[in-house]
Amino acid sequence: MLPKLQAKIPLCLCWFAASLFAILSGTAPAQDKPYFVTYSQDLEEPGNLEIETKTAIAKPGGDHRYGALATELEYGLRAWWTTELYLDGQATAQDSAIFTGFRIENRIRPLMGEHAINPVLYVEYENTTGADKTVLEVVGHDGESDLAGPNAELRQEHQHEAELKLILSSNFKDWNVSENFIAEKNLGHQPWEFGYAIGATRPLGSAASGRPCTFCAQKMIAGAEVYGGLGDTGALTLRDTSHYVAPVFGWQLPRDMRISFSPGFGLTDTSLARVYRFGLAFELPQIGNWFRRSPREGN
Amino acid sequence: MRTTLICVIVAAAALAAGAAANSRWDRVPPKVHARLNPVANKPEAAAAGAQVYRDHCLQCHKESAQGDGHKRPALRSQEIRSVSDGDLEWFLRQGDRGRGMPSWSSLPEIQRWQVVAYLRSIQ
Repeated sequence: MLPKLQAKIPLCLCWFAASLFAILSGTAPAQDKPYFVTYSQDLEEPGNLEIETKTAIAKPGGDHRYGALATELEYGLRAWWTTELYLDGQATAQDSAIFTGFRIENRIRPLMGEHAINPVLYVEYENTTGADKTVLEVVGHDGESDLAGPNAELRQEHQHEAELKLILSSNFKDWNVSENFIAEKNLGHQPWEFGYAIGATRPLGSAASGRPCTFCAQKMIAGAEVYGGLGDTGALTLRDTSHYVAPVFGWQLPRDMRISFSPGFGLTDTSLARVYRFGLAFELPQIGNWFRRSPREGN
Repeated sequence: MRTTLICVIVAAAALAAGAAANSRWDRVPPKVHARLNPVANKPEAAAAGAQVYRDHCLQCHKESAQGDGHKRPALRSQEIRSVSDGDLEWFLRQGDRGRGMPSWSSLPEIQRWQVVAYLRSIQ
């Protein structure tokens, strides 16, 4: 049994190396910001589908470590309209791995042109359980205590929520600066909760190289984001709210792939001490054409 | 009567299309129109622009830059030849969302100029 397994390991390594080489030797992807919580003005290119996984790893005080995964399917319906579906799940150490719900969101640019500040309207419907730990936004009095507890207990709580965001974003020189104002409402009888996210990023290199490259500065983007809760309609306050600061780093890989990483640090007693985020995105260009017959075939 | 109506509709559509085509470049501020490409006449800039084109523009405008003959226009055209470098950089930054052209303001400015240098090189 053991020799068989040993023979399999180099085979797997060869397959992995070959796959990595195949990935790294292709064309390059679109330039997206490596934010995990903040949204910029960038929408998906029309006809493109992006599949992205966003992983959050954290350990609430006094509870077990967990890893939460949000899988995002983002499609560009129009140059001014992007729609997304999120599928969330999580695994908690010494507990269980569960599916925690889904989100549907739409982002619309009301102004067609490019301005100093570009507004984007964001509308989301969430159908998740209390066991959702993806922390894709922080609103109201969200805190680490919401993320602690056995999954069996947390999943009993059902959250049907509507979320609105006003995204303001600017590209100035090579910088992107984005501000999000968040209002979330549990469709049960709960008050509106508010939050914010602010981010800034810049590519490490500006000019493109004349040759295809993977490890050059222009393929890497760095920056930071800050996000947190602002209380609710009952108490619009910073008291008992969570806030985080998180450097972000993104690397545009060939073959329309992108990886991103962000260590987040809690700034208040109610915040998680640390949350590590990893992202892997893969873009499928012009998938609408896959199902369309070419004019020659149509004749 | 029917023929007259069709002629009027066709003429109106042609006028509207012509007006729309002109207005795109008419919207460029004079100062921007007059901007010079800082990387013009540099062969390495056109080569770098070709890489950016390959990464971002090729999927719609095709490798030959001839578009699809329908919604994605050809970039080897009299229209491109007749406008200034400043106009092209402005258009890349603005996009034309109503017609499906995204804004490329998220690209560093120098890369947009490199694309303009590439577009000039293939005319």
